[in-house]
Amino acid sequence: MMNFLLTTTRRLGLALAAMLVLTASPATAKIFDAKTYTLPNGLQVVLIEDHRAPVVTQMIWYKAGAADEKIGKGGIAHFLEHLMFKGTPTNPAGVFSQLVARSGGRENAFTAHDYTAYFQTVAADQLDNVLRLEADRMTNLSLTKEQVDSERQVILEERRQVVDNNPSSQFSEQVAAIQYLSYPYRLPVIGWEHEIRGLTRDDALEWVRTWYTPNNAVLVIAGDVTLDQLKPMVEKYYGPIPSRPLPERFRAEEPPQRAERRIEMEHPRVTQTTWSRSFLAPSYAWGEKQHAMPLSFLVEILGGSSTSRLYRALVVEQKIAVSAGAYYNPGGLGPNRFGVYAVPAQGKTPAEVEAAVRGVIENLMSTGVTAEEMTRARTGMLAEVVYARDSVQGAARIFGAALTTGRSIEDVETYAEQVNAVTADQVNAAGKAVFDVTKSVVSVLRPRPPQK
Amino acid sequence: MLRPFASALVALFIVVGATTVQAATKIVPVTSPGGIKAWLVEEHSIPMLALELNFRGGASLDPDGKEGLSNLLSGLLDEGAGPLDSEAFQQRLQDLAISINFSASRDSFSGSLRTLTINRDAAFDLLGLALTQPRFDAEPVARIRDQVLNGIRSRSEDPNTIVGNTFFRLAFPGHPYGRPTNGTMESVAAVTTDDLKRFIATRFGRDNLVIGVVGDVTPEELGKLLDRAFAKLPEKAQIAQVAEVVPQAAGRLELVRKDIPQSVVMWGLPGIKRDDPDYFAAVLMNFVLGGSTFNSRLYSEIREKRGLAYSVYSSVVPFERSSLLMGGVGTANERVKESLDLMRAEIRNIADKGITDEELALAKTYTIGAFALSLDSNARIAQTLLSLQIYNLGLDYLDKRAGIINAITKADVQRIAQKLLRADAMTVVVVGDPRDVVPAAGKPPG
Repeated sequence: MMNFLLTTTRRLGLALAAMLVLTASPATAKIFDAKTYTLPNGLQVVLIEDHRAPVVTQMIWYKAGAADEKIGKGGIAHFLEHLMFKGTPTNPAGVFSQLVARSGGRENAFTAHDYTAYFQTVAADQLDNVLRLEADRMTNLSLTKEQVDSERQVILEERRQVVDNNPSSQFSEQVAAIQYLSYPYRLPVIGWEHEIRGLTRDDALEWVRTWYTPNNAVLVIAGDVTLDQLKPMVEKYYGPIPSRPLPERFRAEEPPQRAERRIEMEHPRVTQTTWSRSFLAPSYAWGEKQHAMPLSFLVEILGGSSTSRLYRALVVEQKIAVSAGAYYNPGGLGPNRFGVYAVPAQGKTPAEVEAAVRGVIENLMSTGVTAEEMTRARTGMLAEVVYARDSVQGAARIFGAALTTGRSIEDVETYAEQVNAVTADQVNAAGKAVFDVTKSVVSVLRPRPPQK
Repeated sequence: MLRPFASALVALFIVVGATTVQAATKIVPVTSPGGIKAWLVEEHSIPMLALELNFRGGASLDPDGKEGLSNLLSGLLDEGAGPLDSEAFQQRLQDLAISINFSASRDSFSGSLRTLTINRDAAFDLLGLALTQPRFDAEPVARIRDQVLNGIRSRSEDPNTIVGNTFFRLAFPGHPYGRPTNGTMESVAAVTTDDLKRFIATRFGRDNLVIGVVGDVTPEELGKLLDRAFAKLPEKAQIAQVAEVVPQAAGRLELVRKDIPQSVVMWGLPGIKRDDPDYFAAVLMNFVLGGSTFNSRLYSEIREKRGLAYSVYSSVVPFERSSLLMGGVGTANERVKESLDLMRAEIRNIADKGITDEELALAKTYTIGAFALSLDSNARIAQTLLSLQIYNLGLDYLDKRAGIINAITKADVQRIAQKLLRADAMTVVVVGDPRDVVPAAGKPPG
């Protein structure tokens, strides 16, 4: 944790902090000062020390997510994530959760297209226990048919709650399916309902046996423990687990996109029209990767705040939208989306909003981003580097997500330097590469007019 | 929708087995040269600080017909203040990477500030401008009002919004707690600039303000900063007291028919206030009933054993002038009755038979330990400093809390369970298209 700050005098500490934030440089300034090593069985271990409180977080990340599923088995990665709470022969259902709760801890899990992760935050002296139980369920999950059948119902309820009860979630699934012609990001992480209904105990066990192996996992520990304390515990519980050969992590590649796509949905429970256009975009790991970091600037300048170009033009000046903005996340193994959106003001149409957004983008591309915009975006991104260190769990998430999507510890630790290196020319070039309407989807979600 | 203080309530002790480990957290009460008080936890390892503030008196004080005034105002304080118009204010925040946020709940108006150490002077200046000299220029007022209205319109068919608004309307008829915190299309449209200015003139005082700060600042430095932000506040706020109220619980079941595949259910009973000596007995009882994410009876019966729901919960929700024990579930339309019956059965079961020794032990160690574990960021610790002050728990509360919880007996929990868990009296709202569920008017009050 930025030890040079702690060991210097206060005044010097502040000066160094200012340097990190405002100028650039310190090649020595690792953000988290994470330590890492790999067990003989292939398990990568990452430690982020933080001794502010006697608390520790364990997160285990598997390099397997919804985009790795077989066709027709959509949702199995997420289904299995639920089933991992059903226990093992030595630690039946409920034992792990009770142990976590006993120290006031919290736990959960999440599934994405590229990874699945499980975490517990517990009192530091409970780390040994949660390491033991997490290592146990990596290989010893036991499932009865009744447990699987019951959990399938839970997941169908989750889908009803998150998707079916919510028209904008329903629409997002439809949009993703035409945004990607082939890449599996086109499919929902939770799975289509009919495929969830067909998932079996055998499917779940096959998924575990295929992907849940130490050489396909990253163990991230964050909090009040030292490397010397951690190593023997990890060795004891995770060390004996044998590695297994892994299948290729196959992803269907995205073909050239040649036609702008348009999609509209009317729904009786939609009460406000929304307009959006999303462009297929590179990520740190896919496509023209050199554009990923500059696009993080571009999204901020174009639509990241109330001083952004889109918000100023559409909401403040032209008053044709109630809100407007942009989104882009550079992470992920596959092609991402750079999106712009607006909510038309009362009496304004999606077409008017679309024309205005086009005007803003064309203007930005013809004149380029300004030095002031670059500075403002950079300042915000560098401040986030400092703020990120305030959340122990957040730090663990940053490393887990990076290391399961083709990035390295070095990539995370040198983020500030990468931010400092981005130029206006690079941002303009990234915009030119991404703003190609033939690679975009225009989507409009609107209220269903009353039946005549 | 629900922003009870309870959610911010947290602990500084970890009990593991027999040992109690105190977190390295020392609270320092600070009084500025100008007389502003705050509680501080110094944390110099990261060059930033987090401040949380809370003014007693919230959306419940919004005038009739102007519901949502507090919420609208919370979106306007950073839209231009003092010499800075909206754009200039927002640019200044961004140029210095300062974040300032405000929000209104039923009982209070709160704010949070996050800044890097190097920019903290400017951050406190901006916070002070926002609180004492907001401009309410016509452009941002119109724009933010449109955004609030858009939000209300967008959520008007959202089942979770409908179930919450309906429940509070039925639980607190004729009382400010029964009104939607964000207001309605009509009431938000009715708010004038004069209303906003009157709010600033009357609702923020030194006497209804508490402040918690965590981060890279010494008590002396903080004293000076506090005066930059708060010295211009009036000595006293002019705030009314809302009436004490007991939520309606006469067995009413309200059905809001909507064409959605999953019904959303919310239920409630009179709960327990934060200053009640039995507060923690109720918290432990609720942990066992439905408060624990993976270890509660409702989780076990409704989700784990039968797969009836993804989300099922209960919680103790204290207000300043009332309290609720409430819960909910989202379940397929054809299984609503089954879920409701199971919830009622478990509520009756605990009322009749209490909880087991094992359940009580887990509830205690969880409730004690979770307090320390939730102190995982500067902002979270600052929120805890607020709760301690809001509820007058005292600086020694952190030393006493575990003892208070450990002293609770099974008989205490049983007694409070019999008092609170009246399954037949629950006010229930169902939004969806459930089979086998019929509305019930319930017994008339009295």
